[in-house]
Amino acid sequence: MNDVLLTIILIVIKLGLVLGTVLSLAAYMVLAERKVLARMQMRHGPNRVGPFGLLQPLADLIKLLCKEDLIPERADRWVFMLAPAISVGTALLAFAVIPFGAPLQIFGRTIELVICDLNIGLLYLFALSSLAVYGVALGGWASQSKFALLGGLRAMAQMISYELALGLAIVPVVMASKSFSLTAIVASQQSLPNALRHPLAFLIFVIAIMAESKRTPFDMPEAENELVAGYHTEYSGMRFGMFFVGEYVNLIVLGSMLTVLFLGGWHGPFLPSVGWFLIKILAVAFFFIWVRGTVPRLRYDQLMAFGWKILVPLGLLNILVTAVWLLWRG
Amino acid sequence: MSLWRDIKGTIQPFWVTLRYLFCRPVTICYPEQKQTPAPRYRGRLILTRDPDGEERCVACYLCSAACPVDCISMQATEREDGRRYAAWFRINFSRCIFCGLCTEACPTLAIQMTADYELATRELLQVVYEKDELLIDGCGKNAQYNFYRLAGIGVAAPRGANPGESPPEDIKSNLP
Repeated sequence: MNDVLLTIILIVIKLGLVLGTVLSLAAYMVLAERKVLARMQMRHGPNRVGPFGLLQPLADLIKLLCKEDLIPERADRWVFMLAPAISVGTALLAFAVIPFGAPLQIFGRTIELVICDLNIGLLYLFALSSLAVYGVALGGWASQSKFALLGGLRAMAQMISYELALGLAIVPVVMASKSFSLTAIVASQQSLPNALRHPLAFLIFVIAIMAESKRTPFDMPEAENELVAGYHTEYSGMRFGMFFVGEYVNLIVLGSMLTVLFLGGWHGPFLPSVGWFLIKILAVAFFFIWVRGTVPRLRYDQLMAFGWKILVPLGLLNILVTAVWLLWRG
Repeated sequence: MSLWRDIKGTIQPFWVTLRYLFCRPVTICYPEQKQTPAPRYRGRLILTRDPDGEERCVACYLCSAACPVDCISMQATEREDGRRYAAWFRINFSRCIFCGLCTEACPTLAIQMTADYELATRELLQVVYEKDELLIDGCGKNAQYNFYRLAGIGVAAPRGANPGESPPEDIKSNLP
């Protein structure tokens, strides 16, 4: 009885910690993005609220909460109100299976630093990242606006086509580590991160998650100079904020996916494992921001052509080569 | 060859943005740091006085005629010695576009522009400047210039006393 209670308490503590960390990390990711982008353009970025603008996320939150929550007259009310929640919910749920540190030993108990070690964790992740499309597509559909609808449609088409490349990129990793469990995949990278073992898969995966997170070169769904703001054109106040936070939580989740699958997870010398995990996520996030500051947006047809004609065949070829290699080595 | 060019063209921009990441921002953080305006900066308008300490403005209405947004208004009067001046002179800075056409139109160099650009206020009527707020004690630019010394007709000095001016002809002595 006592043991069950303790387990539940531990799970709740882990949940609270992870949720708090992920959400505040997402909020500060927004600030970091604005700062880094600004410095790349030789500006200062937000520096008015608090020292170095560090309280900016808080100010943004207050502003968004105080804004009027507008719902267009002809919008599909319930779908319109639920869509942002789908967007945030799926992104947050996805973090449940990600192992963020080596198992801890406290008072003789082993605490796994993962909320839930599913043996099909990878499939769960992919299922949720596919579900996230619904938030965007339904939000665009329910707004009853041309721009939102176009943005939603683009998001749907883009995410379906890049999900395929994403799935194909991780097949070699699964074949090599012989498991769908993320903990097992991390454990298999103790000596060498997968990025060096499967460089082509790594490359495809990085490009695909950039498309998956709807960020620049692939930010067609919200292309602000064509579609106003894409699928969240009609959203205001905290509902817009939820889309926004969902996007950055998604960025963190995809960053941790990249870390877990290709960059060796929490493995690393000297520092504690959670520290390594954080450093790797932040490095991935910086890379994403760097790409945003550097690369212009693709055209829509270029984007689809690149996904279907280059990434998918390359992914298939990569699977074939890896399979032959694994068979040959026995 | 074209593939190599494409790869280079994809990688090179990353180096550029990384380099600029460590440059100093060029932004001037305004309330704390202030830019020094150029000497001929077109800011708040003033009315100047001539070297004798008299008002330069002769209330000729040329500035208000030149003003494209009609922000200058005045009422002309005349002193007993014949010197013209403005009874009241008003510039509405909430309409002024700081184009400087009034200063170009002014024949006496009375209305001039300064480098002061901080005119913002919360009270709308505070940006309507009256004559006592516009008139300064100094000469502004062209400190030596005195309109009545060059072109006035017996106001600042008796006729013929200004430099380069010949005394008035005695009409009667020219009779044949």
